[in-house]
Amino acid sequence: MTWNSLQERKTAVAEGVLEIDRISKRYGDVVALRDMTFDVRAGELFGFVGSNGAGKTTTMRIALGVLAADSGEVRWSGRPVDLEIRRHIGYMPEERGLYPKMKARDQLVYLAELHGLSTSDAQRAADSWLDRLGLTARRDEEVQKLSLGNQQRVQLAAALVHDPAVLVLDEPFSGLDPVAVDVMSEVLREKAASGVPVVFSSHQLDLVERLCDRVGIIRSGQMVACGGVGELRESGPLRLTVDAPRAQPGWTAGLAGVSEVGVHGTVTTVELAEGADDQEVLAAALRTGPVREFSRLRPTLTELYRNVVSQEKAS
Amino acid sequence: MTTLSPTRTVGLVARREFTTRVRSKAFVLSTLLIIGLLAGYVLLFSFIGKSSAIKVGLAGQSTGISAPLTAITGKLGKEVQTTTVNDQNDGEQQVRSGKLDVLVSGALDAPKVTVKSSLDPALQQALTELVRQQAIQGALAQNGLKPNVLDAAQSVTVRPKVLEPEDPEQGQKTVLAYIVGMVLFISIQTFGVAVAQGVVEEKSSRVVEILLATIRPWQLLLGKVIGIGASGLIQVLAIGVAGVALGRASGMLTLTDFAVGAVASAVGWYLVGFFLYAVLLAAAGSLVSRQEELQSVITPVTLLPVLGFVVGINLTLRNPADPISAVLSMVPFFTPTLMPARIALGVAPLWQVVLALVLAVGCIALFTWLGGKVYGNAVLRTGSRVKLRDALR
Ligand SMILES: Nc1ncnc2c1ncn2[C@@H]1O[C@H](COP(=O)(O)OP(=O)(O)O)[C@@H](O)[C@H]1O
Ligand SMILES: [Mg+2]
Repeated sequence: MTWNSLQERKTAVAEGVLEIDRISKRYGDVVALRDMTFDVRAGELFGFVGSNGAGKTTTMRIALGVLAADSGEVRWSGRPVDLEIRRHIGYMPEERGLYPKMKARDQLVYLAELHGLSTSDAQRAADSWLDRLGLTARRDEEVQKLSLGNQQRVQLAAALVHDPAVLVLDEPFSGLDPVAVDVMSEVLREKAASGVPVVFSSHQLDLVERLCDRVGIIRSGQMVACGGVGELRESGPLRLTVDAPRAQPGWTAGLAGVSEVGVHGTVTTVELAEGADDQEVLAAALRTGPVREFSRLRPTLTELYRNVVSQEKAS
Repeated sequence: MTTLSPTRTVGLVARREFTTRVRSKAFVLSTLLIIGLLAGYVLLFSFIGKSSAIKVGLAGQSTGISAPLTAITGKLGKEVQTTTVNDQNDGEQQVRSGKLDVLVSGALDAPKVTVKSSLDPALQQALTELVRQQAIQGALAQNGLKPNVLDAAQSVTVRPKVLEPEDPEQGQKTVLAYIVGMVLFISIQTFGVAVAQGVVEEKSSRVVEILLATIRPWQLLLGKVIGIGASGLIQVLAIGVAGVALGRASGMLTLTDFAVGAVASAVGWYLVGFFLYAVLLAAAGSLVSRQEELQSVITPVTLLPVLGFVVGINLTLRNPADPISAVLSMVPFFTPTLMPARIALGVAPLWQVVLALVLAVGCIALFTWLGGKVYGNAVLRTGSRVKLRDALR
């Protein structure tokens, strides 16, 4: 099947969606992935989070074909990802790597050509990315002679130079300075806005929360929570903060399905179990005297993530 | 975007390998160094060759014997260089100072021979012969006989029936064989090891993961082998052309056609040898992740040609017809250096050459299969050294 006919199919089938479908992988006795499943839709920024060793890198390497899965399938636009499709994926591996003694521009041109661009297109694309990332003055320097920050920019350019239809980036923000983080965020947003599915892993949850349309939290090789950021927060336990200056310690005791999670001065935070009534909490607060503040809180992504990790520790 | 054919992929990889290497300082310097060594050898040899001529000073009547003396000593395998000196005194002075080895002066039938310490036996024989002829002709003339009556008698010689004629060009061929063997040995080692280093460079810099996300391991391996092999080919060709030119310019090499043939076949053997070792070395290189670990895995492979070359070339040069060297030259690991040396010596029968080639090509096919398998399995496993057994699965 040619690229063009694939492009046509794209409109008919899963529309440029990257599907990770029940992938499993073991290393000897270690189960790295167990039925890992999620989709990254076209035009979506997908954040992939999980503690070290959860299986993020393994998932991405399998998607890129540099590692074979024991079972399961990765599809793009409804079709199993093969060498031809992989040529249209932009990849930034966790272990960064370029030819240390090759000049920045030569390197980008070479990689673009290996991804199927003609020499002249490759040169044009390399120049445009070097310009965009502020590397034009450094284009003829060996990569090993560039500063770490500039090396990372070249690495990003290497993932983008062939105008990929899918972007898979393994911890692209790790080790970046704040300016580079902004550049990276902007580029990823832009790629997603152009209709490309973008998936990246990260430990910087505030960044993931700010940037991503959807998030997948994995634990021990399995997806434990996956959805839009707002959606996930909605699905978390409801919390209330109540500022009742006259309330005595323990005023929430005896309220069904309500547990106190913290007291700061006159402000009490409680968590409501499924089905518990927030109005009963308000009524109880009013019984202690005036209520200055009463608000519903949703957990942040960081809190959700901590929840997941602590469950992992417990299990 | 177009679809990328495997040929273009391999070509792209090969082009990168070729241009990076050919443009590198190490490549240019090593090529110049080897050519420089060859030039030094030629210079040294022609210097020694010239100084081995016996310098004979001729004075008085003796100046006339220059031509016959040169001819007779030539037959005896010695070269003389004659000069005319003013007189006995001047000549003796020159002998004393070492400018001349021998001074011949005085009458033709009773020449005076002056040397510093000893007279070369061949020259003594030649001079005696000349004086004898002179004396006989004098005696004939005194007795009224024509000087040429004895010509027929003098031209009588013993002609041996030669069973194995000595090749007058044996010397040149030996030198040629040695140089061809040496250059091939160095090139195959250097560029074979360069392939292993290239494999490790991609592993240690981790760039291999980006590459293999878009091309297949065999395409990367093949492109690398072709690119590095081609850069080695350029070097071997440059050395061959420079060597033949130097040899001709210095007069050391008169067998131009033969030498060109030997160099041309050496280029072919370089390719055979390079492929044979390159695939093995690439596979060995793929087992480790750091250059420092490389030596330990490639030594078993690089030691083979050293052994074959050192043993084989010595046997061959001592006795070109040595049967052990003939057998060794047909063992694929040793063929690429020994067979071309034997061809340069002119002692390799066609059937041996063909057999050696067939065996070597068969071996290349086998190693490509095995080496490709090991490489494909091991090249993405970074960290500790990959066990060969795991990589062969
Ligand atoms: N080459 C390997 N050999 C053995 N175990 C591995 C290998 N690579 C990863 N693992 C294991 O697989 C699990 C998942 O690792 P990884 O995908 O790197 O996680 P993450 O990227 O989320 O930190 C971990 O338990 C890790 O130790
Ligand atoms: Mg990882």
